[in-house]
Amino acid sequence: MRVNFTVNGRPQEADDVWEGESLLYVLRERLGLPGSKNACEQGECGSCTVRLDGVPVCSCLVAAGQVEGREVVTVEGLAEFAKERAEHGGCASGACGTPLDAAKKWEAKPGQDSQTGEGVELSPIQQAFIDAGAVQCGFCTPGLLIAADELLERNASPSDQDIREALSGNLCRCTGYEKILDAVRLAAARQGEAV
Amino acid sequence: MAQHTRTVPAGTPTDVTQNHVKGGIGESTLRPDGTLKVTGEFAYSSDMWHEDMLWGQTLRSTVAHAEIVSIDTSEALATSGVYAVLTYDDLPAAMKNYGLEIQDTPVLAHGKVRHHGEPVALVAADHPETARRAAAKIRIEYRELPVVTDEASALAPDAPLVHEGRDDHHSGHVPHPNIVHRQPIVRGNVAEARKRADVIVEGEYVFGMQDQAFLGPESGLAVPAEDGGVDLYVATQWLHSDLKQIAPVLGLPEDKVRMTLSGVGGAFGGREDISMQIHACLLALRTGKPVKIVYNRFESFFGHVHRHPAKLHYEHGATKDGKLTHLKARIVLDGGAYASASPAVVGNASSLGAGPYVVDDVEIEAVALYTNNPPCGAMRGFGAVQACFAYEAQMDKLAAKLGMDPVEFRRLNAMEQGTLMPTGQVVDSPAPVAELLRRVKARPLPPERQWETAGEGADVRALPGGLSNTTHGEGVVRGVGYAVGIKNVGFSEGFDDYSTARVVLQVINGEPVAMVHTAMAEVGQGGVTVHAQIARTELGVTQVTIHPADTQVGSAGSTSASRQTYMTGGAVKNTCEAVREKVLEIGRRKNGSYHPAWATAELLLEGGKVVTDGGEVLATLADVLEGEEPVDVELEFRHRPTVPFDLRTGQGDGHVQYTFAAHRAVVEVDTELGLVKVIELATAQDVGKALNPLSVVGQIQGGTTQGLGVAVMEEIIVDPKTAKVRNPSFTDYLIPTILDTPTIPVDVLELADDNAPYGLRGIGEAPTLSSTPAVLAAIRNATGLELNKTPVRPEALTGTL
Repeated sequence: MRVNFTVNGRPQEADDVWEGESLLYVLRERLGLPGSKNACEQGECGSCTVRLDGVPVCSCLVAAGQVEGREVVTVEGLAEFAKERAEHGGCASGACGTPLDAAKKWEAKPGQDSQTGEGVELSPIQQAFIDAGAVQCGFCTPGLLIAADELLERNASPSDQDIREALSGNLCRCTGYEKILDAVRLAAARQGEAV
Repeated sequence: MAQHTRTVPAGTPTDVTQNHVKGGIGESTLRPDGTLKVTGEFAYSSDMWHEDMLWGQTLRSTVAHAEIVSIDTSEALATSGVYAVLTYDDLPAAMKNYGLEIQDTPVLAHGKVRHHGEPVALVAADHPETARRAAAKIRIEYRELPVVTDEASALAPDAPLVHEGRDDHHSGHVPHPNIVHRQPIVRGNVAEARKRADVIVEGEYVFGMQDQAFLGPESGLAVPAEDGGVDLYVATQWLHSDLKQIAPVLGLPEDKVRMTLSGVGGAFGGREDISMQIHACLLALRTGKPVKIVYNRFESFFGHVHRHPAKLHYEHGATKDGKLTHLKARIVLDGGAYASASPAVVGNASSLGAGPYVVDDVEIEAVALYTNNPPCGAMRGFGAVQACFAYEAQMDKLAAKLGMDPVEFRRLNAMEQGTLMPTGQVVDSPAPVAELLRRVKARPLPPERQWETAGEGADVRALPGGLSNTTHGEGVVRGVGYAVGIKNVGFSEGFDDYSTARVVLQVINGEPVAMVHTAMAEVGQGGVTVHAQIARTELGVTQVTIHPADTQVGSAGSTSASRQTYMTGGAVKNTCEAVREKVLEIGRRKNGSYHPAWATAELLLEGGKVVTDGGEVLATLADVLEGEEPVDVELEFRHRPTVPFDLRTGQGDGHVQYTFAAHRAVVEVDTELGLVKVIELATAQDVGKALNPLSVVGQIQGGTTQGLGVAVMEEIIVDPKTAKVRNPSFTDYLIPTILDTPTIPVDVLELADDNAPYGLRGIGEAPTLSSTPAVLAAIRNATGLELNKTPVRPEALTGTL
């Protein structure tokens, strides 16, 4: 079957999709967006978390056909998504929950991976993960970034218990989570300073 | 390098350059791959992609021990989209086995399977689902054999032999062919020392089978090359060890198997052994097409070895003033169906089995069994974890029997620099065991009833049971427990453990740039960060390029045994020093006649310049290297030699370096439901020198959390009747979430080991040792229960089992 949907603000078309294929498979293997990760493929680890019409979901548990006509944000589009949200204000402007039409400018930038990416524009949560040492092997990172960004979108100054609750669906095996907490606190604090 | 006409696959790693004015050793420099990892652009082995690639699928045995009567692949082969189906009969070379130390593991089963999930056949197809369905159409007829699952069944008079006709180098000294390796450690006179004991405690301890549970599944891409060789992109812990095992079974010389490290999603020991490497190469060479294999989580549980489950019997004695008199211990590790790293795990469990304590009279025996259970091998802590669980429980029992404080009792017996190990080896660098315990104990305790929030009642997220809302504090009791452990660093027992580093210094666009090329597997630990820091410190440059790890440079040894910062860090330092000498030679040749200091002074490279130790600038690096060929040096680096343990007495200087960590666990237990919440897990560790403090703390917190997991939730459950794995998924095998993991305050000591580069001490494993027994001690303290098994499940606390 053919599936038409929007990924990171950009219309996408996937052909010859099998009925059993997940959104995760289509993103990774058909659209060349492997940022969403495949650690358990049964909804336990959160590594494949994306926003589907604004809601964080495990893309491994979403059948590809279910995304017909809907909007998906992956880690590859997170920086642009966050930028658009910041420029167009908070939730009152409707920036929360659904990706913005303006995000349709986003394009994947293949071939840019030969450098460290210093100078690349990152979302606050992405920068905070680097600065706090929250990235080790990094396999859980894309899913955690999507989940943490969504938390900060709806709760600008979360308590530690709020952070733990919001990220409890995302497994990390390297860090012991302390530096992930640090990163979310750091992003929240920087967000607070910026306001 | 061979010429390739194929296009480079997507996801091929490239040079990563980091430009920092600062960022030498001792600073918390950020990861050079950090940006790639937060944008999703960092390519893991499962992200590799090649046009016209096929997908490989492994068919694994559904039974643990059986003869293979017949295999019928015809229906699978006839499936549309299938390019190849391979079995044992298709293996191309005389060598059909592999293994880390003993080559006892068949690439594909030959007439027999020895454990549940053993690879029997391979399929390559144009869609992963096609490959899976075709594999399911392969018909295998098994004739089941009786299973060997524990010491009693393995050593019974009529026990089936897991491996018949053994001729490996351990087979001559083991008491039974179902024992992989046995190592006794005998020192002093236990019978005499026992008479001095005022109290004696004994315990039987059971440690469950733990999984590494790295998140990035086993995966990779094999691309057949025009020269008949193969290019392999994989996630592994040791490229050159893989290479040595892969090339012979492909029937290729090692230089025709070109390996590149792809992005690694964690390892923790689980990638020391071969998984899909050989299978992908076989399919690629057979079909002439690139083949990608990605395990799903179910298969991953069968695709790598686990931590050895263990049964440990310990007897300790002590005088009434609290001094240990003797130790008698027997440690039985279940190695499963294939040897993997079992012999070395035995060496560690026995030689470190007394813990970080002074005890002169010791009899320890450790064995690893061959059984039909899943193969077990390397996991963070490597034999020392199981022993620490037992000896730390013993310390608490002794303290209780003597009416002493458990920390005070440990401090009375704590080893220090100069103490003799039970192997006779002198601990010749700092061993601050008592100080580490003092530090975790001195820390203020978290407030009582910490779940109470100002005016709003209980926050269930801070209580046992969490969001299940099972208690608001009723039936909840607190306990506090302590533990400390000892781990070795580096490969032991006479192994020629070395690492290689190539460093190139040249001027690019007027700027000096150092390029570091090693085969070190970056698995998340931050080795690449540290390499750039070392190059900056030693060569005085700001720009450092990390070249992808591959087999075009010499071996870096394994990313395990807490050894990489010591060994490949040491190799980078060592090579940088040689590069510096060459630069200074060039400088002397060019400029020596202009300034006497070139000949007389101690010269350094700092801030892109050659300076004297008095701070006088003699030249810029750019000027010295102008018009010169790049300075390009590749050198091997070795730690001081070790010797094998004597096979009867275990005596010998078998280890390179020792490393220590201590924990204090604070737990709260809902005694009605048997639910545990760890509130805080404070740690203190001596790291010798923190090359990157941020990464050091991250390692300690991560290791601590894996120890917490095995204490209260993690265990691969193997049916004792069938030897089949019952919980191969993240739904049924639980690892700690952020809600299960407490605050982990870390206290880092830096007491230099003068034998090691920069005085550093390997750090990755020590925190995994003492974390588990500290949590167990805290639960015992809260409940008064004996609890001699990991993990502690609710039924063990409520008496319902």
